Amino acid sequence: MGIKKLQKKQFERRHLMEAFMKTIMRLALLIVAGALGLILWTIIARGLPSLTWDMVSQVPKGGYYMGKEGGILNAIIGSIYLATGGTLLAMLLSLPIALYLKAYLGDSKWGEYVRLSLDVLWGIPSIVYGAFGFALMLMLGMRASLLAGIIVLALVELPIMTRAMDEVIRRMPADLEHAALALGSTKFEVALHVVTRQMLPGITTAILLAFGRGIGDAASVLFTAGYTDRITTSLMRPTASLPLAVFFQLGSPYPQVRERGYAAALILTIIVLLVSFGSRWLSARLARYTIK
Amino acid sequence: MSEVNSTFTAQENTKAGGRVSRPSAVLRARQDRAAQRIFFAITILPILLILLVTIALFARALPILEAHSLSSLLLGEVWKPNNGQFGFLPFIMGTVWVTIVGVLLSVPACLLASVYLAEYAHNRVRAVTKPILDVLAAIPPVVYGVWGLLAIVPFVDEVLAPFFDRWLGSIPLFAVTQPTGFGILSGGIVLAVMVAPLIISVTFEVFATVPNDLRHASLAVGATQWQTIRNIVLPQVTPGIIAAVVLAASRAFGETIAVLMVVGNVPNIPTSIFDSAYPLPALIANNYGEMMSIPLYDAALLGAALVLLVVILIFNILSTLVLQRFLRRKWA
Repeated sequence: MGIKKLQKKQFERRHLMEAFMKTIMRLALLIVAGALGLILWTIIARGLPSLTWDMVSQVPKGGYYMGKEGGILNAIIGSIYLATGGTLLAMLLSLPIALYLKAYLGDSKWGEYVRLSLDVLWGIPSIVYGAFGFALMLMLGMRASLLAGIIVLALVELPIMTRAMDEVIRRMPADLEHAALALGSTKFEVALHVVTRQMLPGITTAILLAFGRGIGDAASVLFTAGYTDRITTSLMRPTASLPLAVFFQLGSPYPQVRERGYAAALILTIIVLLVSFGSRWLSARLARYTIK
Repeated sequence: MSEVNSTFTAQENTKAGGRVSRPSAVLRARQDRAAQRIFFAITILPILLILLVTIALFARALPILEAHSLSSLLLGEVWKPNNGQFGFLPFIMGTVWVTIVGVLLSVPACLLASVYLAEYAHNRVRAVTKPILDVLAAIPPVVYGVWGLLAIVPFVDEVLAPFFDRWLGSIPLFAVTQPTGFGILSGGIVLAVMVAPLIISVTFEVFATVPNDLRHASLAVGATQWQTIRNIVLPQVTPGIIAAVVLAASRAFGETIAVLMVVGNVPNIPTSIFDSAYPLPALIANNYGEMMSIPLYDAALLGAALVLLVVILIFNILSTLVLQRFLRRKWA
C-alpha cells in the first residue's frame, strides 16, 4: 500500500512537471516569435506615416537634413550597387571553394580545416572587416569609395555564402556524382556540369542570403564606402548606403528627419524581406529542373 | 534525343574552334588538373584571410603598442586621446556587460524553444517557425537598432526602471542610476533577440544528433518525455549547447550598430544593468571620422578592433571546434 501511494505521488509529480515544462517551452517559442512581430509592427507603425513617394524617388535636396524636401534614392541605389558588387565578387570565390570542398576535399581533415576557417570568418564582426578595409586603404592611400565598400562587403559575404552553398552541396546524393564519374567525366566536369545544375536551388538561396546580409550591413561600409548625397557614377567615388542613411538620419536633432529615418528603416526592411521570400520562391521554382 | 546530340556537337564545335571533335582525354585531364590547382588556391584564401586581417590590424595598431604598455592599454581607465591617454578598460567592460546581459536574457528562452522544436513540436510547427527564425536572422542590425530606440529604450525607461527601482533598487546590480532608458539593459535586450536565431538553430542541430533509439529506450521504460530530455538527451549534448552559447556570445561581442544606438555611449565602468556603457565596436564606429586628426588615435582605434578580433577568434575557434566534433560524431 505504501509503495503504491509513493508511486502514485511520483506519477503525479512527473506528469505535472511534463505539463509545466511543455507550457513554458511553448511560451518561450511564442516570445521569440512575438519579438519578430513586435519588431515588424514597430518599424511599420513608425515608418509608414513618413514614407512618401519622394523618399524613394529623389535624392536629398538642399536642406533635406533640416527637414526640407528630397529623398534617399542615393542611398537605395548605393546599397544596391554595393550589395550587388559585393555579392558578385563573393560568388567568384565562394562557388569554387564550395565545389572544391565537395569534389576534392569532402569530409577529409583539410575539408574540416577550410570549414573551420570559414566559420571563424563568419564570426568576425563586420566592424572588424570595416577596420581592416580602412587599414588597407590607409596603406594603399585610397579614399572611401564604392570599390572599397564592395571589396569589404565581399569579405563579409564570402563565409556566409560559401558555408550556405557547402551545406547544400555536401548533401547532394552521391549516386548522381558516381554516375557521371562512371561515364568518364573528370571531377572538374562533374563539379561544373552536374553539381552546379543539380544544386542550383541551394546555390541561389546561398547567394541571395549573402545579398540580404550585405545590403543590411552598416558597420563594414561605414569606413570604406563613405557617404554622398549624389547617386554614385564611378567605382572610385564614395557612395551612400541605406543602413547608413537610417543611422545618420536618426542622429538628427530635427524630428522630421528622424521620422524619415524610420521610413528608411522600413524601406530597408521591405527590401530584405523581399530578398528573403524571393529566394524561397526562386529556389522552389528552380527545384523543378533538378533530378529528384 | 538527336536534338540533344546536335546541341552537344554544336557546343563542342565552337569550343574546339571549328573542328568537329570532342576534347581529347589528355586535354580534359589537363583541364581537370589546372582547375584543381586554381580551386585549391582559392580555397586556401579563407585561411590566409584570417591571418591577413590579424596582421594588417596588428601592423596599424603597432604605434600605440610601442608608445604604451599592453597592460596600461587594456587596464587603463582613462580615455583622453587629446592627452595621449588611451585606456580601453571602460570599453572592454562595456562590451562584456552588454554581452553577458544579452546572452543571459537570450539563452533560457532560446534553449526552451529549441528543445520544444527538436523534441515536441509537430512538423507543422517547425515549418512555421523556420521562416520566422530566418526573418529574425535576416533583419539588418540597423533595423534592430531602430526597434531598440523606438520600443526597448522607452520600455526600459518607463516600465522596467521604475519596477526595479521600487523592488530591487537596493541591490547595486539593479540600481537605477540614470534617468534615460539608454543603457546596458536596452542593449542586452536588443542583443538577446538578435542572437536568438543563431542559438536556436545551432542547438536544434545539436539535439538532432542524439539518436532516437536512446529516446525510445527511455520512453519504453516509462519515463515521461521531459524526464527523457532531462536525463537522457541533455547530458549527451551539454558540450554542444555550451559551444552554441559561446558562439552566440562572440556574435554579441562584436555587434556594432544596433547596440551603439541604444546603449548610451558613456565611457564608464558599469556597475548596474541600468548604467550607460560604451562598447568597443561603438567606440570604433563613432570615432572613425576624427581619428586622423589626433596622433595615435587611428592606431588606438585599430588596436581596439584588434582586441575585438582576438577575443572573438578565441571564442569562435573553440566553439566551432567543439561543434564540428559534435555534429560529426558517429553513434554506434
